[in-house]
Amino acid sequence: MKSPYNLTEQSFNRKLKNKFMKFIFAFLTVLALIPLFIIFLHVIKSGINAINYDFITQLPAPAGQPGGGIANAILGSITMVALAAIIAVPLGVLGGTYLSEYKGGKLSSVFRFVVDLMTSIPSIIVGLYIYSVIVLPMKGFSAYAGALALALLMFPIVVKSTEEILKLLPTNIREAGLALGIPRWRVIVSIILRGSVPGITTGVLLAIARVSGETAPLLFTAFGNQFWANSLNQPTSSLTVQIYTYAISPFQEWHEQAWGAAFILLLTIFIFNLVARWLLLRNKNEYM
Amino acid sequence: MSEFIHAKSIKNNEVRFSDALFYNFLRLITVLIIILFASVFVFLYRSSEPLFLEQGWSFFKETTWSPTTDTYGVLAFVYGTLVSSFIALLFAVPVSMGSALFLTQLCPRFLVSPIRSIIELLAAIPSVVYGLWGIFVLAPFIKNYVQPVLSGLTPGLPFFQGPPFGLGLFTAGLILAIMIIPTITTISIEIFQAVPKLYKEGAKALGATDWEAIKIAVIKPGMAGVLAAITLGLGRAMGETMAVTMVIGNRADISSSLFSPAATMASVIANEYAEAGSNLHSASLTAVGFTLLLISMLVNFGARYIIKKFRGPI
Repeated sequence: MKSPYNLTEQSFNRKLKNKFMKFIFAFLTVLALIPLFIIFLHVIKSGINAINYDFITQLPAPAGQPGGGIANAILGSITMVALAAIIAVPLGVLGGTYLSEYKGGKLSSVFRFVVDLMTSIPSIIVGLYIYSVIVLPMKGFSAYAGALALALLMFPIVVKSTEEILKLLPTNIREAGLALGIPRWRVIVSIILRGSVPGITTGVLLAIARVSGETAPLLFTAFGNQFWANSLNQPTSSLTVQIYTYAISPFQEWHEQAWGAAFILLLTIFIFNLVARWLLLRNKNEYM
Repeated sequence: MSEFIHAKSIKNNEVRFSDALFYNFLRLITVLIIILFASVFVFLYRSSEPLFLEQGWSFFKETTWSPTTDTYGVLAFVYGTLVSSFIALLFAVPVSMGSALFLTQLCPRFLVSPIRSIIELLAAIPSVVYGLWGIFVLAPFIKNYVQPVLSGLTPGLPFFQGPPFGLGLFTAGLILAIMIIPTITTISIEIFQAVPKLYKEGAKALGATDWEAIKIAVIKPGMAGVLAAITLGLGRAMGETMAVTMVIGNRADISSSLFSPAATMASVIANEYAEAGSNLHSASLTAVGFTLLLISMLVNFGARYIIKKFRGPI
């Protein structure tokens, strides 16, 4: 038996340690939050100066000269992300539907496995792949190639989020539909998918936000262009690649423009994120 | 879904046909995607084949990377990838674990979801913006304040010596740490939430303090899951390209100093592929990519294995 004196001393130590560890956890949480605010502050502070009417309506100025804008990059990004969404969203929604509505088979477990692995392919590898499959045979960089690379990254995200959303619907909704004599595919399309549109949209918006920030897969698929791309078959500029090129260049004017472009990019991505979250919240209040 | 859905109560041929059509349409898409995925490996291998024919296995043993003399070895990049990712884990793991525990165990309820949202927003910042911030804000800070202090404190150690560039392994690791904090934190939160509350209540009923209860009844049962979360974070750090390319200095060196410029597998591809002159050069870059792909897959399998093997009570 330990003496009572020792016990109190021990419990004093334990209480102290308890307080100390709690403080450490709170401190680490604050530490995790700091980078976001610092990065935000810098992007806003340095970015807002670069933004003016010319910046979003003009082509880039020649290296080292002041003025000019990133209009072609903005348009290029919108084109490629939209094209990627047109390819990846339908396929992703169907893939997610397959995983949620026809699970249990061998094919579906292989597919689930492949989708998981797809999310872990580094984005630069997707660029390499599209380069050897599309760019080399077509003999040139193009918006198509860039969009396909983005679509490949978007697909698994849409599959995963669609599956998660569809899984939330109770089984009895499906059973009720089937009991009415509706064919199964109609139950899936007109009841399950239709009822999940807000949730699926949230997933799609998040996927769009995610790929709009991608740079690596565009480096040698869409490449870049200091002028307007006249067709989807030409090298196309994008906001992200433009930020990269400007940031590693030696020119002060371009550095400032890189911050401006980063500001626009970040703003867009955050708006997408906020809308997605808002949609999710509204949806939750309505159904749950 | 139970037998209910599989039961075909209606023996209507038309219904059967349309159902089969829809089902097989979905299966077709699925099969095509699986083939597409397999073709990634095939194409990457085929594009890197010229190098393997020319140099054989020495690619995996060679530390020199010199396009001018057509000598290509992957080891310097493997070193850069591993060291920068390891530095990232060193910073990210304690911070992520601490935040996950704080948010699930200690935090006042009204603060939980705002803090979680902010941490998740970190994951939404594009890699290239991290890189931009890294070049113009973090690198000068490391160069002017962090390296001089660290090398002054440890005069004998080689890790912190060398000329201060600001760009190098340490800066890359630090940026990576910020980028993988959301990954590890959100997964760890889910793990800790899945641990039954009764464990903690039991520990507290036995007289444990909050910290002791967390240690015995939250961290311990969740350990395997946390390990899997860390492995997934590692996978993300190793494949990360833009931010690293912009701050690591891009030099194919194996140096003992953490502040010297280096290159990772992803960064050398981003940096050299568009300008690769010779056929052999671009084949070697693809081979580096192929190696990176295999390592990423391996890490991902590792995470799954941990989850499967040590599932434990949750």
